[in-house]
Amino acid sequence: MESVQEVVEKLSPLERKIVPFLNLPIEKIKEKTGLDDTSLLRALKFLEAKGLLKISIEKARIIELGTNGIYYKKNHLPERNLLTLIENKKAIHLEEAEKASKLTDNEFKVSLGVLKSKAMIELKNGKIMLTASKEEITKKSQLALQNLKKRKDIIEIQERSVVTFTLTELGKKIAGKEISSDSIEEVTSEIIKTWKRGKKFRRYDVNSEVPVLYGGKKHFVNKTIEKGRRIWLDMGFKEMRSTYTQTSFWNFDALFTAQDHPVRELHDTFFIKDLKGQLPENKLVSKVKQSHEKGSSGSKGWQYVWDENEAKKIVLRTHTTCLSAKTLASLDIKKDLPAKFFAIGKCFRNETIDWSHGFEFNQTEGIVVDKNANFRNLLGYLQEFAKKMGFTKIRIQPAYFPYTEPSVEGAVWHEGRKEWVEVLAAGIFRPEVTEPLLGEPIPVLAWGPGFDRLMLLAHNMNDIRKIYENDLKDLRNKKVLI
Amino acid sequence: MSNLIFNRKEFESLLGAKVTKETEEKISLFGTPLERITEDEIEIEIFPNRPDMLSMQGFLRGFKAFLGKETGLKKYKVQKPEEGYTVKISPSVKLVRPFTACAIVKNLKFNDEKIKEIIDLQEKLHSTIGRNRKKLAIGIYPLEKISLPITYEARDPKQIKFTPLEMDREMDGLQILSSHPTGKDYAHLLEGKETFPIFVDAKSRVLSMPPIINSHETGKITLDTTEVFIECSGFNLDVLQKTLNIIVTTLADMGGKIFQMTLDYGNKKIVTPDLSPEKMKLSLEKVNNLLGLDLKEKDLEKLLPKMGYDFKNKTVTIPPWRTDILHEVDLIEDVAIAYGYDKITPQLPNVSTVGEESFETKLKTEISELLVGLGLMEISTYHLIKKEEAELSNLQETIETENSKTEYKYLRPNLLIPGLRILSENKDNEYPQEIFETGVVFSLDKKGKSETGVEEKENLCVITCPGNFTKIKQILNYLAKNLGTEYSLEELDHPQLIEGRTASIKINGKKVGYLGEVHPETLRSWGIKMPIAVMEISIKNLTSQN
Repeated sequence: MESVQEVVEKLSPLERKIVPFLNLPIEKIKEKTGLDDTSLLRALKFLEAKGLLKISIEKARIIELGTNGIYYKKNHLPERNLLTLIENKKAIHLEEAEKASKLTDNEFKVSLGVLKSKAMIELKNGKIMLTASKEEITKKSQLALQNLKKRKDIIEIQERSVVTFTLTELGKKIAGKEISSDSIEEVTSEIIKTWKRGKKFRRYDVNSEVPVLYGGKKHFVNKTIEKGRRIWLDMGFKEMRSTYTQTSFWNFDALFTAQDHPVRELHDTFFIKDLKGQLPENKLVSKVKQSHEKGSSGSKGWQYVWDENEAKKIVLRTHTTCLSAKTLASLDIKKDLPAKFFAIGKCFRNETIDWSHGFEFNQTEGIVVDKNANFRNLLGYLQEFAKKMGFTKIRIQPAYFPYTEPSVEGAVWHEGRKEWVEVLAAGIFRPEVTEPLLGEPIPVLAWGPGFDRLMLLAHNMNDIRKIYENDLKDLRNKKVLI
Repeated sequence: MSNLIFNRKEFESLLGAKVTKETEEKISLFGTPLERITEDEIEIEIFPNRPDMLSMQGFLRGFKAFLGKETGLKKYKVQKPEEGYTVKISPSVKLVRPFTACAIVKNLKFNDEKIKEIIDLQEKLHSTIGRNRKKLAIGIYPLEKISLPITYEARDPKQIKFTPLEMDREMDGLQILSSHPTGKDYAHLLEGKETFPIFVDAKSRVLSMPPIINSHETGKITLDTTEVFIECSGFNLDVLQKTLNIIVTTLADMGGKIFQMTLDYGNKKIVTPDLSPEKMKLSLEKVNNLLGLDLKEKDLEKLLPKMGYDFKNKTVTIPPWRTDILHEVDLIEDVAIAYGYDKITPQLPNVSTVGEESFETKLKTEISELLVGLGLMEISTYHLIKKEEAELSNLQETIETENSKTEYKYLRPNLLIPGLRILSENKDNEYPQEIFETGVVFSLDKKGKSETGVEEKENLCVITCPGNFTKIKQILNYLAKNLGTEYSLEELDHPQLIEGRTASIKINGKKVGYLGEVHPETLRSWGIKMPIAVMEISIKNLTSQN
């Protein structure tokens, strides 16, 4: 246990202020120190932490006068006024009584009612007659609390905490003492100038609680995206950007997705009402058309009649792969190869919201355009990306996408959860995609892992809705990933 | 996505082996992810490119070969058309549903389980390759109930009269669409057409009205059925034939005997089902280039039969039920699957390229860092807003998505709306709440510059709560100074802000945003009880460096 001296040295100015009065009840302390309730309670809590006293807080019901109550306390209850009036006259006309009592219409009626119900008066021929004797009047006017409660704004009953405290042994030694201190409180510029050897600083209680501090923070989604972006840049990829609204041409047709493919229906994709887009140059459009209808570079194609109007429909992009299509179309294969590009961005699908789905999601996308690129390279990039995201083991299996062949889906091993989590989707673009866009069926390695899943794993979260919730309390408390 | 659930016992007996851990892995490595396995059931996913594996028979045909059990192209015996095995196609169907491919299968032994399996296959084919019956529909009929030959024709729907499945009275074509449950589901496929297609037998009885429903009398398979007539109708004869092949080979795997039919299209006659395989050249060099492997010709001779092909003289013979082989690359993928995705070693190539971040991203990152330095919290919100939010903000123009499944329907025109939403949702959290967001906002493109008709801009929105004009202007000053931009303010009337305390921000003479105090009326409508100051500005104008 600390000595009295040590405790005294640690007392803050606020605490020192109340120590001399600690033998008094709280109301008195308030009066003597002039502190408000909050400061006083804070000071008591500090002293409690120092072992000087024990606070107990009890809920108490407190009865207070309401606005009418305060008024009636000063001017008597209306029925009392009326009674006094009648007492003096024994009988009085109603109109006269109302006038003489100076009560409002409402008060007058209530007063009559109250007096009648207590059998103190009677109404006869428009006159009020007193029926009760003096003693009865005294007895009956002890109006019960219950009755007052029913009437408007006379009394209010409130729940309140009542603070009391008891001194500990240590507290008793100090309480009531005037504590003067010449130790230094805050270090000020003045102190820096004037401090001399031997002058003491007040000791702080280093374990006492301090107020919470909230700093500014980047949203954890954007932080994780930055991390992903860093990985791509380190691996030598250039960033692609494009708009969220896209023509179906870039989102679907350029990626050899047949026009009757289910993904192109309203219940899967967000189409924008009343808008039609513009298609790129004719040469490209007719190559894509040909690719769908009869195939390109040795393909049979999908064998149907390709409709330009279908391609003009505007969608909210369903994948970042449309950025890859646009990028490929802009490349000069004689000068720009080999080339590597990436994107991380929002995509949309017409979905309801639950723990594993939402109508928005983040996707990341990478492409490698290189005449010598092959399937083993694709797996190499996937493995490297996963490794950099913190997953050392990946599992590769066959998959299907309309625009890649071969296609793969990959899972990463989550050490914490001890399970495989499907996050990677990849493949080599089909010649039906690359030939129209590049002019030659050059292999393009492409992968587009959903990023939200990786994000949830990284933050050890399970519910995808949390990504979009923006609960400031959660954001303030979210741990930073390093 | 189509998932198949197999009875494990039956599966193991047809496979001729127990399903071990190794088998489980093989199932996924075959390109049919194993979704679930219990003592009784096995559930796998079939990708949309393999409708031929939408039945246990179809899956096992492929999987057994993959395991090296029955490799190479599986041959099926097909009997030539017998007397009367003819379907006459009337020219009247050309406008409504022009093609059909038909077959007869005999020697069948049905039980409840088998009937269910066939109906399952039929429905799965409808919903995948059949595009919900739009592209193709399949009908299967008990042969003993119908009289050959059959006619495929189109008629005025009012002249079509038969009792549809699960009904007890005759209906005409229009009545079926308006009041039969299945009719209602698929009504959109025939609605507005002058004539509806029907199959009619030799006794002029209507067998079915594709792609909607069969006749109750002649179109229902029972336990007594041993012979069936099968038709596929639709718009692409090649796809119809392949689908017919999928069905008849599945029935043959159940013990059925396949018979061809003659389809009389008037100007030409064809015979279906046609199980003669297609051939495609495959170059070893291309296989090795694309996969990065060093395979030999004799490797291909081993690998391709594991995927159900024959391979001889650089030529692949393709099963007539495969609908997905459009190009050499489709065969190359199958070579990779046969080789084993798990045996292909990843190899990161040594290709030198230079990474590069886009200017927009760099700018956004810098702005965020400055604001975080001021103690502001970044938020990240949906790009769609609710209808009531659009109404609350009195938006003059909206860009609406079609058939949104949630209450979020419009593209956001600014970041103020989501910002106010977030503050109203955070009423119970501690104040001050000082937040910002950078993100895309949408408006109609009136200059015709964008290919989508929508103009997308990257905005920054800062909201301080509690906040006032001074505070928000201090933030703008801080940003402008650090980004090396000069701006001027000009008083502005903004419907949601307080007059006299709102200004537009001008940079280089161009209005690029605004700032001010939000009007109490606006705050009240959002249920916000604290004063708010806001600034929203287009990001790309915030710096002179580019």
